[in-house]
Amino acid sequence: MKADRNQAVKHKGVSYAKWGYIFLIPFFVTYLIFSFVPLISTFYNSFFENYMSGLKHIGPNFVGFENFKTIFNGDLLKYISNTIIIWLMGFIPQIIFSLLLAVWFTDLRLRLKATGFFKTIIYMPNLIMAAAFSMLFYALFSDRGPINNILMNIGFLKEEFRFMTSVWATRGLISGMNFLMWFGNTTIILMSGIMGIDTSLFESAAIDGANSLKIFTKITIPTIRPILIFVFITSMIGGIQMFDIPQILTNGKGTPNRSTMTLIMFLNNHLFSKNYGLAGALSVILFVVTSILSIAVFATMTKGITKKKGGK
Amino acid sequence: MKKKLIAALLISSMAISTLVGCAGKGKDGTKDPDKEVTKEVTDAPKTEDNKEKEGGSGDTVTQGKVLNIYCWNEEFKSRYTDYFEKAGKLPEGIEVNFVITPNENNAYQNALDQALLNQESAADDDKVDIFLVEADYALKYVDTDYALDVKADVGLTDEDLANQYQYTKDIVTDSNGIQKGTTWQATPGLFAYRRSIAKDVLGTDDPVEVQAALSDWNKFDDVAAKAAEKGYKMLSGYDDAYRTFSNNVSAPWVDGTKIVIDDNLMRWVDQTKAYTDNKYNNKTSLWAPEWSADQGPEGKVFGFFYSTWGINFTLLGNALATPVSEGGKEEVGNGIFGDYAVCQGPESYYWGGTWICAAAGTDNLPLIKEIMKTLTCDAETMKKITEETQDYTNNMKAMDELANSDFQSAFLGGQNHIKLFAEAAPKIDMSNISQYDQGLNESFQGAFKDYFDGTVDKDTALDTFYTSAIEKYPELTR
Repeated sequence: MKADRNQAVKHKGVSYAKWGYIFLIPFFVTYLIFSFVPLISTFYNSFFENYMSGLKHIGPNFVGFENFKTIFNGDLLKYISNTIIIWLMGFIPQIIFSLLLAVWFTDLRLRLKATGFFKTIIYMPNLIMAAAFSMLFYALFSDRGPINNILMNIGFLKEEFRFMTSVWATRGLISGMNFLMWFGNTTIILMSGIMGIDTSLFESAAIDGANSLKIFTKITIPTIRPILIFVFITSMIGGIQMFDIPQILTNGKGTPNRSTMTLIMFLNNHLFSKNYGLAGALSVILFVVTSILSIAVFATMTKGITKKKGGK
Repeated sequence: MKKKLIAALLISSMAISTLVGCAGKGKDGTKDPDKEVTKEVTDAPKTEDNKEKEGGSGDTVTQGKVLNIYCWNEEFKSRYTDYFEKAGKLPEGIEVNFVITPNENNAYQNALDQALLNQESAADDDKVDIFLVEADYALKYVDTDYALDVKADVGLTDEDLANQYQYTKDIVTDSNGIQKGTTWQATPGLFAYRRSIAKDVLGTDDPVEVQAALSDWNKFDDVAAKAAEKGYKMLSGYDDAYRTFSNNVSAPWVDGTKIVIDDNLMRWVDQTKAYTDNKYNNKTSLWAPEWSADQGPEGKVFGFFYSTWGINFTLLGNALATPVSEGGKEEVGNGIFGDYAVCQGPESYYWGGTWICAAAGTDNLPLIKEIMKTLTCDAETMKKITEETQDYTNNMKAMDELANSDFQSAFLGGQNHIKLFAEAAPKIDMSNISQYDQGLNESFQGAFKDYFDGTVDKDTALDTFYTSAIEKYPELTR
């Protein structure tokens, strides 16, 4: 006994910190090579005119902020708003559904059966590759596809509805897919947050006569706030990076009339001529926008928490 | 999870491809003695032009052991195998290596660009020796030093090339007037119409009389109106007629660096808009499932603009009720086999085709010359290709022979369509081609699809076109 304790005391003096750093080395090395260096070179490239015209390499010529000017004078705002609209159209129903499901699944009084089964089911769409999912929707909603057939057979439509030619139908399909793919994931994250809440809080609130809405707004939401912030920020960054679903659904064209052209699809368009300059400038803008948004969201949403902590 | 799966797939595919690569080389390594190469070399000088520059002081021409061919599908491979390799023309000791990258999303051109740009530093056996190009982007490669002159460098003579259709030479002629590629196929386009619908609308299905009714665009519009009255569509989609207009423009797409929209293209826009508004078409797009379905037994479309390969392969496949893969036979009674016929249509045009180019830096010039000569200049081989595969080959003499024979196509109800092709091919004029054709045509069709759909007006569509065009080619201006 004594000897054991002595040993334990001895060990307390040993610093484990160096192991922490050693185990972190692989991350930092890969980060440096695959993330940090490209990041810096993107900044560098954005100041040059540098593209391929056929097989002829034009540039690199230093042009200062010319690339940024070209991008800001172009349709950048349109693509930003496309991206935000499509993201919000998917994110709002996603967060509502996920919250609702998470609360139901964790509610002690409801005692839902087979929650494991449902959790698996709602997570399923996330396992499908986005590109395959998009292909599937493309086939389902094509001009003479099954959805049109069904709607016409039950007499809901007289003539086929051409989904891909309507701005809002196409955007709706994209956000619908994003919603389907991600609401299961969000539900599970939120559930883990809710399950972390001490059940005695719910019980005492119930004893005090709070109804479930009150419990939800006064206990659940405030306590899972950090998780909500996490969901919001990750989803927003995912939204800004939205690419594969609209790319496949519209064959890279952002039809109709570029109304579903997201920022990354716009970036991807510059690959055709390997336009490192413009693509670099756009990437820098994206980097700045993403950083600002993340910091802003983080600041506003954590303000309440820090205040409360300070108050106590 | 997803990412892990993809990663695992990528790793395994990479591992497999490298392993396969090794296996291939290993196998050849065992039987690949230098002797055979030298043997080949000694009997190579059967052609006079072996005083090749690179030969230098000696008479012997050393040839590389690997011939690398860059292409995007199996088509050329099968032509090469059936009519060159099986004819015993491949010198022993030379390995032919096909590098196939599918066309999708510009992947083929990206791969080829990469390989050509690395050409100088690549080992001799890894260099590109032959690459194939399509007309729409041929100039991108032809108008550079990466492609060799088929006469001065490769060694084909004017006599060899005399029987090729002029337009097939124009497409691969660079800005200095030097021909840098050659092809085994000519792809004149025709208008393929449904006999039964023509009978209903025009009262006749005879190709000569139908052609008389469709010989210019005004008449074509009249027939479209008549067809619409009877419940038919004249064309299937927006882009069906595009090539008949874009092949007959008065100037290239780009003047200096300025994009010029030819009047003929705006004529296509106006015509297609009118057809859409009048319900003369079915609002489909090329290669969409709806478009293919329109060519089948259920289709109510008068006709399709198609070129050589399109009629005997694509259209035929789509016309069957039971596909060949499901046990259907290519015979009358299966779907609408035999219900199509062809006529010249309102304007001459071409669609598709594959050109063979020799890459600068190749170490296999004698073999390349032999391949080009056999597959694209030799009348006998080419006639055989047409007879066996129905591909329309690039040899006026051979094709005229077939045109005047009793050659018949059961699919076209017994018509000799080779005759119509032979008449149409010399009329094609492709002197207004530019290296931007592929990207600009795509952008133009894409932008105006919204206009036809009624989503935007004409000016917005034009703006969209310019935006997309300049995105693809930053050096161009409005």
